[in-house]
Amino acid sequence: MSAAARRFAWPGFLRGVAGLLVILCAWEAFARSGLFSTALTPPLGAIASELWKLLLDGSMIRNALCTLGRVLLGLGISCAIGIPLGMLMGRVRPVERFFMPLVSVLMPVPSLAWVPLFILWFGIGNMTTIIVVTYAAMFPIVHNVWTGVRAVNPLWIRAARAMGAPSRAMFWKVVLPGSLPYLMTGIRLSFGRAWIAVIGGELLANPDTGLGRVIFDAKEFLDSPVMLSALIVIGALGLLFERVVFQALENRTVARWGMVSAASR
Amino acid sequence: MRAAGRLAGEFFWLALPFAVVGVGWELIALAGVFPVKLFPTVEVVLAALLRLSVSGIIWVNTEGTLVRLVLGFLLAAAVGVILGIAMGRYRWVEDVFMPIVSIGYPIPGLAYAPLFVLWFGLGDLSAILLVGAASCFVVIINTWKGVKAVKTVWIRAAESMGASGPQMFRKIMLPAALPFILAGLRLGLAQAWRILVAVEMLMSVSHGLGWMIFGAQQFLDTEVMLSGIVMIGLIGLLLEKQVFERIERYTVVRWGMIAA
Repeated sequence: MSAAARRFAWPGFLRGVAGLLVILCAWEAFARSGLFSTALTPPLGAIASELWKLLLDGSMIRNALCTLGRVLLGLGISCAIGIPLGMLMGRVRPVERFFMPLVSVLMPVPSLAWVPLFILWFGIGNMTTIIVVTYAAMFPIVHNVWTGVRAVNPLWIRAARAMGAPSRAMFWKVVLPGSLPYLMTGIRLSFGRAWIAVIGGELLANPDTGLGRVIFDAKEFLDSPVMLSALIVIGALGLLFERVVFQALENRTVARWGMVSAASR
Repeated sequence: MRAAGRLAGEFFWLALPFAVVGVGWELIALAGVFPVKLFPTVEVVLAALLRLSVSGIIWVNTEGTLVRLVLGFLLAAAVGVILGIAMGRYRWVEDVFMPIVSIGYPIPGLAYAPLFVLWFGLGDLSAILLVGAASCFVVIINTWKGVKAVKTVWIRAAESMGASGPQMFRKIMLPAALPFILAGLRLGLAQAWRILVAVEMLMSVSHGLGWMIFGAQQFLDTEVMLSGIVMIGLIGLLLEKQVFERIERYTVVRWGMIAA
């Protein structure tokens, strides 16, 4: 804690705040200039009071939790499928040869292209959104785990083998920790993809709740303060996960075991 | 003889996964898990693909999508590289734009879609602007990092040898930051590609693969939708193999030169 406090750079922080103020003033001037109707670019006060109102009555938090739940569920499913698949692909040659062509054909198809089809198959709503999120999150995990397993230092594997490690110990003590930095990167990438897919899924597949849904509904009533509030919440949550949650996770595991420097060199 | 055998083996391994998936698909379609209309057999999809490509419908839509991709990406590349270099070079530009970039970066571009519809109307203009806006952040951040990573020794050396401003920029900054800029452009293009199809669905553009899929859904034309996805997959694969990997190889080469 004290180390973090000591590292906190006040001048940089103040410069950042000053920069933000410049941008906010520019927005306010633009909103009040009447170039666009104020219904389309509301002044800051309107956005702030709308955001405050939505936070207080709990609806924004409820919708944010729904969106977050969909992302985490999709991410969980794709980890449950993607990690074992990636491991197998990295270790067992026939599995790699079978799945690699499929992965490289499906990976460049944007997940959102499937939404209309998934809607026909699984109906509108939650199910389709979660499947789209899972699809989007799957490939970075598979690809990174596969790369990670093959990138494990062969010296470690030979050393473990020479010391007579049984295959289970080899997996748990050598291959898994060795490929962990890649897995972390994969999950991080997947979260970014899932975060895009969930908003797209909510816009296209119409589940009852969620931040994408809030934006879409507000558009029907030309309620730009609500749309901008939802955008702010989406950005804040994305930033929170990227900077705080994943950074902490990385510090706790990979960095603590001294893997990051080894992997990035 | 041996080479031919190896070639046949390669072909076998390439064909096997698709054959297995095709047969599996065919079995599911014939077993009637989903109604036939929603889950057509492989030959129906192939026939639709043939029909659409002979009549030219799929090419018109592909062209629309590619034009939008290129325009949106060029917009993102121009804004991203210029702003990124300015942010890396001038402290005040960095101060002003850094907060907005770091807040805007984690917001999925699609979330702006309804807002862009209100601001710029439905159609091509909004779609291209949105694709550009969504993919420029990653270009900005990478360019900025690249300019920041230029070794101070090189800058000081050039300065002490009396390099002028434009010379400094062309001979030192740009080559040194190039690997980062290329990496950013690559990520930006991938990002643009990933959201373009969905943007076409939301913006009711006049033609495009996303629009084709979305329109076919209204008529339960599942085979047309799947044809669209096949086409999207082909373009994506081509982008991946021909554009991204080439850029990456070039980047790696540049890196090698710089490390040496």
